[in-house]
Amino acid sequence: MTAVTVVFAALGLVTLVSAFLVVTSDQIVHAALWLVVTLGALAALYVLLAAELVAWVQVLIYVGSVVVLLLFALMLTRAPTGSGSATATANQPLAGVVAAAVTVALGAVMWAGFGGEVIDEDAIRIGTAERLGDAVFRTWVLPFEVLSVVLLAALVGAIVLTRRGDR
Amino acid sequence: MPLMLPLTVSCGLFGLGLYAVLARRHAVMVLLGVELMLNAVNLNLVAFDTWWADTLHTGQSLTLFVIALAAAEIGLGLAIVLVMFRTVGSADVDGQARLPDVLPDGGDEL
Repeated sequence: MTAVTVVFAALGLVTLVSAFLVVTSDQIVHAALWLVVTLGALAALYVLLAAELVAWVQVLIYVGSVVVLLLFALMLTRAPTGSGSATATANQPLAGVVAAAVTVALGAVMWAGFGGEVIDEDAIRIGTAERLGDAVFRTWVLPFEVLSVVLLAALVGAIVLTRRGDR
Repeated sequence: MPLMLPLTVSCGLFGLGLYAVLARRHAVMVLLGVELMLNAVNLNLVAFDTWWADTLHTGQSLTLFVIALAAAEIGLGLAIVLVMFRTVGSADVDGQARLPDVLPDGGDEL
C-alpha cells in the first residue's frame, strides 16, 4: 500500500463524510458550505489521480462559482435559511432505501467489472494543461464548440426566465 | 493504487446525491444533490482515464465538458428556483399544487 493510496483513502473519506453532511444538514447555508469541503476534497483527489488541469478547473468553477451562485440564489429568494430551513420530505425513508440500493448495485457492478484492477502509478500520464489543451482543441474541438452554444442557450434561458414582466 | 478506491468513493457520492434529490424539500437542495451526482461521474471519468493511461485524455476532456454543463445546469436551475419562489412564494418541491406560471403573462409568447 503506497502513500498515495493512504492519502487517497483519507481524502475520499473526507469527501464522503462532508457529502453526507451536505445531504443531511437542516440548514441550507451549512449544506452549501459543506459542499465547498466536498468539492475541495474532490479537487485533491483529482490531483492524486494526476489530473492536474481538471483539479484547477474544479476549484475555479465549482468552488469558485457554483457555490457562490448557490448562496447568491439563496440570498435572492429571501427564503428562510435558519435551522430547519432544509427539512426532508415524508418520503425520506424510502429515498434512503433507494439510494442505498443504488449505491450497493453500482458498487457491485464496479466490483464485478474492475475488481482486481490496479492503477499503475509509474505509467500515469499527468493531465497537464498542455496535454488537455491538445486533446480538447484537436480531438474534441467539435463537442467543445457545441458546448459553447449550449452555454449561450443556458445564459439566454436564465435571462428570459428571471426577467420581470414589464412589457 | 487499486482502481476500486476512486470507484467506491464515486459510488458513495452518487448514492448521497440521489438521496438528496429524492428526499430534500428545498429546490436548491435538490440541485445540490444533482451536483454531487455529477461530481461522482467526474471522479469515475478521471479514475478510468488515469487507469488506462489514455494518451488522448478522453476521460479528463469529458470531465471538463461535464463541469461546463453542470455550470449551465446550475445557472438555469437557480433561475427556475427564483421564478418559482417569486410566483408561488416558496421554493419547496414537495406539495406544489400547480405548476407555477414561469413567465409573468403565462408564457404565451414562447
